[in-house]
Amino acid sequence: MQKSVTIFINDTPLVCLENESVLKVAIDNKIEIPHFCYHEDLDIEANCRTCLVQNAETKKITTSCDLRAKEGLKVVTKSPILEKLRKKNMELLLLNHTKGCPKCAKGYFCKVKEKIEEFKLDTLQYKKIKTDYPVHKLGTAAELDPNICISCNNCVKICEKIGIHFLHLEGQGAHSHIEHSQDPLVDCVYCGQCTAHCPVGAAREQSHLQKVEEVLKDKTKTVIVQMAPSVRASIGEEFGGKPGQDVTGQMYTALRLLGFDKIFDVNMGADITTTVEAEELIDRIKNKGVLPMFTSCCPAWVKFVEFYHPEFIPNLTTSRSPQIHSGTAYKTWWAEKEKIDPKKIVIVSIMPCTSKKYEASHEKFKVNGMDPVDYVLTTRETAVLLKKNNIDPLKLSPSKVDHFGEYSGAAAIYGASGGVMESALRTAVKLATGDDLKKLEFEGVRGMKGIKKTTVKIGLLNLKIAVVSTPKNARVILGELKKDPKAYDYVEFMACPGGCIGGGGQPIPTTDRIVKERIAGLYSIDTHMKMRQAHENPVVKDFFEYVKKLPHEKQHELLHTSYSKRNKFE
Amino acid sequence: MTTKNSDILEQIKTAALVGRGGAGFPVYMKWKRMKEVENKKKYVVCNASEGEPDVKKDHYLLDHYPETVVKGMVIALDFLGQKEAYFNINAHYFAEFEEKLKKAIEPYEKKGYIFHFFIEKPSYIGGDSGAILNAIEGKRTQPRAKHPSPSILGIFGNPTLVHNVETLYNIARVAEGSFSNTRLYTIGGKVKNPGVFELPDTFTVEEVLRKTNNYSSFPFFAQVGGGASGVVINEEQMKTDTAFGCASIQVYDSETTTRELLLQWFKFYERESCGKCTPCREGTYQLYEMIKKTETIPWKNILAIVDVLKTTTFCALGSSLPIPVESYIKNILKVDRDTLIN
Repeated sequence: MQKSVTIFINDTPLVCLENESVLKVAIDNKIEIPHFCYHEDLDIEANCRTCLVQNAETKKITTSCDLRAKEGLKVVTKSPILEKLRKKNMELLLLNHTKGCPKCAKGYFCKVKEKIEEFKLDTLQYKKIKTDYPVHKLGTAAELDPNICISCNNCVKICEKIGIHFLHLEGQGAHSHIEHSQDPLVDCVYCGQCTAHCPVGAAREQSHLQKVEEVLKDKTKTVIVQMAPSVRASIGEEFGGKPGQDVTGQMYTALRLLGFDKIFDVNMGADITTTVEAEELIDRIKNKGVLPMFTSCCPAWVKFVEFYHPEFIPNLTTSRSPQIHSGTAYKTWWAEKEKIDPKKIVIVSIMPCTSKKYEASHEKFKVNGMDPVDYVLTTRETAVLLKKNNIDPLKLSPSKVDHFGEYSGAAAIYGASGGVMESALRTAVKLATGDDLKKLEFEGVRGMKGIKKTTVKIGLLNLKIAVVSTPKNARVILGELKKDPKAYDYVEFMACPGGCIGGGGQPIPTTDRIVKERIAGLYSIDTHMKMRQAHENPVVKDFFEYVKKLPHEKQHELLHTSYSKRNKFE
Repeated sequence: MTTKNSDILEQIKTAALVGRGGAGFPVYMKWKRMKEVENKKKYVVCNASEGEPDVKKDHYLLDHYPETVVKGMVIALDFLGQKEAYFNINAHYFAEFEEKLKKAIEPYEKKGYIFHFFIEKPSYIGGDSGAILNAIEGKRTQPRAKHPSPSILGIFGNPTLVHNVETLYNIARVAEGSFSNTRLYTIGGKVKNPGVFELPDTFTVEEVLRKTNNYSSFPFFAQVGGGASGVVINEEQMKTDTAFGCASIQVYDSETTTRELLLQWFKFYERESCGKCTPCREGTYQLYEMIKKTETIPWKNILAIVDVLKTTTFCALGSSLPIPVESYIKNILKVDRDTLIN
């Protein structure tokens, strides 16, 4: 057991663990110390030098991130000398952030801009050294801008931590900046973890914000918005809410205020995916198809397989992903039902993810020549859009999703690692045995562990299950399968730690602790729902009725997809 | 501990050996800590980076006494019961002394000792012990946090004894019984007889200059203890001060302008900053840019950056820039900073 100690920050006694980072103690107690490079899940780099504190007794000035809590330690966060030094370091750190930052230039909400204003930083007095590095596109998902990089190394570390090793810092001194790997055997999977760990927007999503703003003004279009499961348990954080706080109903109101014509939900798509995937699993088991079956709703995971392990392509479920399923449904079945020209429908997804932008851009998903999803906003972009329109969802009354966006509790848990598996199992049991489950919860697939293994009984079958997050852990399981192809029957893979809820498009900061709280929020939504199984969803049933009447090929086109080996940067 | 082992440790303690890389840490304490740490594998590193300008003592020793330096490494290995050592060697030095060093290690290799040459792209930060460990491990050549020290967590997590060339030379001399409290002075700049000289470590700077026939007749000042991080002192101070750090004495004519000096220092730091921490990465670049094209010295802006370098950098490289600047202001310009700013 670690010893508890009392330290004093600005004379306030605080109990914490011995040797804990003083900055972490300050953050936990809501004491403001500016910081950029610190991230509680990553090794402390102590390179931004802005989290300065002063020892109240020795007057020594140090960074607080790497200052360890010892019994009786007394520090202050404010003193004239301290503030002068901190301001200087912040100016030097952010000197590339006055011009050239597209977010600042467009007046978007930006944490750097906030700091520049809050501390009255004069960054114009300095000569800029990094001005003409090309912005590197990470597929159609994210991008790296070396010109505004502050060399904090966080993106490099998170990319290493999840097992991709695509990024590194290059150049010495003031030339130091983010670069990507030229190794032909190493490629980005577009998960966007770098963007969620970049404190200054140098690694960022490829913005769809302007396009969405334009389309919202276009009165000739029916603009549908659909929010992913994870967003409702995290976007509140951008407005001062708690991680895991369920803002579903308030978000529907907020989205209506933004001018979206229809408020649907990716959760409806998730119920389609669950059903299609459960049917496929049963089919593969019954008809001796390729096992184990892998989930495929995470586009970063799919890219990982297609680039690094194409030999496992036959294992991927051919089921389309939730946003593509619902997008497909709205542009076909729903458009027909409502007698709307599907070419005049624009579908905007709000996702916790950057790789969903990449997924939405795939030609292979086109239905009748149309993209099922036109634009994808990350949780962060959506918060920017709301703030620009002075909409704070936390201050709104909740409202309901429009009928064709209705969903089950099984969809709500899709955001958590293990959620897709659990949803599919609930439906697979019903499909395989006809029985209703007495207990819907599959505890063995829940939680933050990167690899979870369990066995689930479906009728007479004992299904060997694994739930995996991050490519690093995926390699472990794929390694096991190379040795023993029968080690598992069904495996869920997600690129991001904790699943989509810890996704690359989520609010900053995203930490393991915050992700845990968000996950608890998702499971709570499920628990409180009456309809908790995908196959019970009447909207989905209605859609399947429509699909069943289509020619077989068309049915396949609407519900399934295919995969192929990919080259670097594809 | 064998008798022989306790002997050498006692000898080092009695001789009061300190590290000659510049920091002057007692060798005895480093050895004691290295010995006490429990780990099967331990390494010895000979630091032959010598990235500080105007210092040539390691160069001198590798040229004239490579066997003694290697012997110092072997004594350290024997003390630790180890066989494996590294040279962290500046590429220029390696090109020059490869043959001599390989000859010096040959007899020990036959006895099972292993020597690796890590050829370092010549740089200032490359001589920092943490940066050496990172570089050897294949990481970016950047400093590590002060704690845990290399003697606890070094190369690939193994305790690592990092010694400067001169320190290892002294260790061998102590073991031989020929150490006589001397040190190597590198004398350069505007002098008649530049070079590396071995003289008592108690000599004042003036004594060193006079003894080596380098005391100038014209008014001068000197930067002592490194051409970048050394302290600038006047003739009066040379009468009492002994040499600091790595004991270089660089002599400047009193006519040398402030701008010439600042330009030289700032350019060096701007080029050598590793880029890890903000004040050093951005600050040194801004300092150089500030005076590159101007005749008047923008002291206010310069000192604001000097202040963050002094107090808030990650490692001693960045925090050493204020040493020459501030000592020059105090000892040569003889003004206080408020006067300069206003």
